[in-house]
Amino acid sequence: MQSLPHGTSATDPDTKPLIAEFRAATKRYGDILAADALSFGIGKGEFLSFLGPSGCGKTTALRMLAGFETPTSGEVYLDGERVTDVPAYKRPVNMVFQHYALFPHLTVADNIGYGLRQRRPRPDRAEVARKVDRALEMVRLTGFGPRRIWEMSGGQQQRVALARAIVNEPKVLLLDEPLAALDRKLRREMQIELQTLQRQLGITFVLVTHDQEEALSMSDRICIMQSGRIVQSGSPTALYDQPVSRYVADFVGKSNFIDGTLMTRSGNAGQVQTATGHRFAGRLAGPLGPGANASLSIRPEQIGLAHAARDGAEPVTVINRIFLGEHTEYLVRHAALGDLLVLVARQAEAAEGGFAPGDAGHVTWAPEAGLILGLD
Amino acid sequence: MRLYAAAVFAFLYLPIAVIAVFSFNAGTHASQFTGFSVQWYGKALSNPFVMEALRTSFIVALSSALIASVFGTMAALALQGRVRVVADALFYIAVLIPGIVIGIATLIALVTLFGWINPLLALLGPEGQAPQLAMGYGSLIAAHALFSMSLVIIILRARLAGMDRSLMEASADLYAPPFATFRQVTLPLIFPGILAGFLLSFTFSFDDFIIAFFVAGSETTLPIYVFSSIRRGVTPEINAIGTMVLAVSLLLLVAAQIILRGGSRKGAS
Ligand SMILES: Nc1ncnc2c1ncn2[C@@H]1O[C@H](COP(=O)(O)OP(=O)(O)O)[C@@H](O)[C@H]1O
Ligand SMILES: [Mg+2]
Repeated sequence: MQSLPHGTSATDPDTKPLIAEFRAATKRYGDILAADALSFGIGKGEFLSFLGPSGCGKTTALRMLAGFETPTSGEVYLDGERVTDVPAYKRPVNMVFQHYALFPHLTVADNIGYGLRQRRPRPDRAEVARKVDRALEMVRLTGFGPRRIWEMSGGQQQRVALARAIVNEPKVLLLDEPLAALDRKLRREMQIELQTLQRQLGITFVLVTHDQEEALSMSDRICIMQSGRIVQSGSPTALYDQPVSRYVADFVGKSNFIDGTLMTRSGNAGQVQTATGHRFAGRLAGPLGPGANASLSIRPEQIGLAHAARDGAEPVTVINRIFLGEHTEYLVRHAALGDLLVLVARQAEAAEGGFAPGDAGHVTWAPEAGLILGLD
Repeated sequence: MRLYAAAVFAFLYLPIAVIAVFSFNAGTHASQFTGFSVQWYGKALSNPFVMEALRTSFIVALSSALIASVFGTMAALALQGRVRVVADALFYIAVLIPGIVIGIATLIALVTLFGWINPLLALLGPEGQAPQLAMGYGSLIAAHALFSMSLVIIILRARLAGMDRSLMEASADLYAPPFATFRQVTLPLIFPGILAGFLLSFTFSFDDFIIAFFVAGSETTLPIYVFSSIRRGVTPEINAIGTMVLAVSLLLLVAAQIILRGGSRKGAS
């Protein structure tokens, strides 16, 4: 495994025993490298997310863990055992499919009991019924057992899919974009429900999503993926505060990027110069050296917006204002730097007075708020 | 335009309607309606030749439909999940080829085959006692099954293509080995297709005259019986047989349609 940039590690062996592990697992589809030597561990009881844009290989990683795909090379371990070539039906993991994949010819209860009924020796009917009822209760669908699948709404089907998986008490529960098909409000509810359920059951959850809010709000740890590789893994806070590249900073939370060249570096401080000759200081974490293409990343909430010009402030014009309740989001335009997103807290706005589109203003940020990142 | 359509329907269905009406004719003439009666139905059903032909047709239709359903299903499953342009095209062509071509081709193929095998079989026993292959039930069932299999494959390929692959994966994920998945998920979901294919195959075989005419040997199916009787003139008895065959065929076709429609509504969760 290549050494990862400081502050992050793909495996967290010291904190929890591993329930699953990938060792240089690679999956090729013809010329496409869907998983590029993936190496990481999943801690017992952890809520781990794979986050990345569509096509970056998240589903492929999940499917190798479920047993639907065999790695072209490399190994997959589950609970200490090598399962690289073990078929899906022999693996103690369960999946919640993106489009639920509920059996249309079975009732809700029969869908949920399906996994239990495959056990040998076969558990008796009463026991299956009891476990199914408990699972229904857990996903708040008590009494829906005799219903047909097509009589259930999207959100209810989602819960049936969840119940069908957790009723088997898998060692790892795999979720492939489970909330993508739900509307916003329902999605938020299900996020909370999933998190609660995971704590209650203590089952390891592995979630795949392209929705950063989903990953940030639920996960203990997130692996950011880019073209088949994990570019950074860490807690949501660590990823937000110490992204290793512009790609990660862009994917985790909102950020402003000022592209340029790294001019000087001394220790953890450096200066970026834009094409227009503006220079900005910032913190520097990666192995970047002077002359490298770099980007200064500043989170919207770290930029201050004021009417009066102050030392080091940059003049801007307000383009747009969106009131978000606790915060107000401004889009401002700088003559050389382009558009910047500024998030102003309610109190700060009250103290400074609001801005309307077209107003002139000045933005400032502390030098340590700027993070100088590599461009890849 | 509507007049034109009406004319087309009239040309298509009027002769059939005439047959059905005259099957209830009390008189013996096929062209003069003299009163209502079901006597010809009774006559047809008590005619030993008709009953024998009906029995032959029924056995051939049932056997060929069963064989076509089983092997057609297996073929469709083997081709599952793959885009097979050439294979699909060949199945469609097989259904579209005129019956007379299939009939002649099957006849030539079987005669050639028998020409090779019968001399070998003759070695097994003394003159006249060795088993010999000949046209009959076997060739009828084989020819019909072969043709119907294309029908079954086409229906099931469409059904399997419309089926969510992740259902099978979900079953495997829930610890069901491949055969258990087939029995508990795949089969129930494609069963309406198999049933519809069976009914269509049965109907095709039951109604078929052309292919049967070439390969029936000494056996007489109902359509062959009707054809040979007609040469002696159309009687109300023939009309009655025709009407019964029509009714059974329509019933089975409608049933197949209902099964296919209803099944696909459920299948698309
Ligand atoms: N069965 C397959 N055959 C060919 N290419 C595939 C297959 N599955 C996935 N891919 C390709 O692998 C890459 C990663 O896909 P996937 O893991 O589904 O990404 P994600 O889930 O992040 O959207 C994509 O380029 C996709 O087109
Ligand atoms: Mg995916």
